[in-house]
Amino acid sequence: MSESIFERSAADIASAVMSGSLSAADVTEASLARVDAVDDAVGAYLTRLHGVARGRATAVDARVRAGERLPLAGVPLAVKDNMCLTGTRTTAASKILEHWVAPYTATAVARLLDAGCVPIGKANLDEFAMGSSCENSALGVTRNPYDLARVPGGSSGGSAAAVAALEAAVAVGSDTGGSIREPAAFCNLVGFKPTYGRVSRYGLIAFASSLDQIGPLTRTVEDAALVYDAMAGFDPMDATTVDRVVEPAATALREDLRGLRVGLVRQFDTSVLGPDIQAAYKKAYDDLAACGAEIVEVSLPTADYGLATYYLIAPAECSSNLSRFDGVRYGLRVDAPDVQAMYEKTRAAGFGPEVKRRILIGTHALSSGYYDAYYVRAQKARTLVAHDFEKAFASCDLIACPAASSPAFAFNAKSDPYSMYMMDYYTIPMSLAGLPALSVPCGWVTPPGGSVPMPLGLQLCAPQFAEALLLGAAHAYERATQHASKFGPRLEAVSP
Amino acid sequence: MQSDSIDVRYVARLARIALTDEEVDRFSEQLVDLLRHVDALSELDTNIVATTAQVVESRNVTRADEPRPCLDRATVLEQAPRSQGNFFRVPRIIAE
Repeated sequence: MSESIFERSAADIASAVMSGSLSAADVTEASLARVDAVDDAVGAYLTRLHGVARGRATAVDARVRAGERLPLAGVPLAVKDNMCLTGTRTTAASKILEHWVAPYTATAVARLLDAGCVPIGKANLDEFAMGSSCENSALGVTRNPYDLARVPGGSSGGSAAAVAALEAAVAVGSDTGGSIREPAAFCNLVGFKPTYGRVSRYGLIAFASSLDQIGPLTRTVEDAALVYDAMAGFDPMDATTVDRVVEPAATALREDLRGLRVGLVRQFDTSVLGPDIQAAYKKAYDDLAACGAEIVEVSLPTADYGLATYYLIAPAECSSNLSRFDGVRYGLRVDAPDVQAMYEKTRAAGFGPEVKRRILIGTHALSSGYYDAYYVRAQKARTLVAHDFEKAFASCDLIACPAASSPAFAFNAKSDPYSMYMMDYYTIPMSLAGLPALSVPCGWVTPPGGSVPMPLGLQLCAPQFAEALLLGAAHAYERATQHASKFGPRLEAVSP
Repeated sequence: MQSDSIDVRYVARLARIALTDEEVDRFSEQLVDLLRHVDALSELDTNIVATTAQVVESRNVTRADEPRPCLDRATVLEQAPRSQGNFFRVPRIIAE
């Protein structure tokens, strides 16, 4: 094959390394060279891990020679920088953790390293994973490899850009309201958020604990399944992980959708997205039918309240979680004569505007006199949203809808907070219900003012714990449509 | 729910974040706007609906009360902004 090593899929790399036709060291050098060639332009990584990667690659080659079977042998991995990796800087893209070195490794990352992955770098994100464009990073700018004038999406924007620019074969991100699925859609990738509780959050810097979930961003559905299979399952270090058998997804990939009912949501009228995008989604739904799916209509009457529900619950949980950043035990401290002033000055200097905004909303929503009106009401609305999905899944196996409200937009295009929040309109309801959902490439549109076609993502969603069915179905759709391979990243100017 | 105004200085004090006057003005305006959007929830009839805090089964987790290896003290203190001996050092908390 003439394709470069860094273009190859994780499945392909792992089987070549296991068969001995390629070494993890060679794969790693190719990946690091690619990072050096393009990342000054893309900005996917906050920290490049050349030394760590070379050490890990040598260890993987030794394990393969010793006869270990590694499902991800030598696969170059980008790690979102809100996940701990022992001995490496872990910043959450915040000034408050800019120089913090993690003293332990997140379970999800540790499992991927055990499976043979080689960490190439720590990827940029919106500060503390709060945002939909990566523009809220306090530590760097990440650009969309398909058009460097546009954002990569967020919050897992660095993870998405790294995989799209071929600077890693796979990435891990975290998704609270759409932070894996939206950047995957923006960067022509598969982005998969498993059922809440499927993947351990131990070592993931918490944003909203009842919503946060780790998942893969990859160039193929098969790679997403391989990464998911390696990460999923109970972890004694995270009491919210579910102790129940994980059905392997990589061996459940389907060739068609015969026998499956796919629900289209009556309330999600794609005409509001403009005629080009509407036509692209119409085609995607037709393609699902052409793959053998029976298309049915389902109703999610409270889906429209998802955004409001989320923007009370997530900030409330964030205001509590981020109280730990007080300048005492780790991270930034701004000195002051008394402890109260030290807290207030440290947090003023350490947090960016979006993080402050969410802490303030959350603190207000939880404060005396407002708790019932805001927080409790949002928790009840969350119940209604989850019930809607239960009813919908009585008449379908999967739900299909857009993954984001638009393709990737230009930098500084969303100036008021609410217009940015609207990007996650289609992904938030699934997060509130804890459902597994993914984005898979489904077409291209040239946005107004844009010069090149940008990718769109189709979101597929399944009942809780039906990950294998979901990934299996996405594979059938991907195989039939091949949208991802239509255009490549536009890095000619910066590539060697 | 009422959201025509919000005392951002009071909320910021609860959240332990010092704000500039400019931030107070900007956040006041933005927070009122955001809360106006979430006011839509009052349209839902939630009187007989239970709250959801967690979406998957959860249970108490216990383990034997035995010492186990944990993070090394020196490694942890290395990351502290100020430390002294085996302690995190902070400004005076109790007045003389």
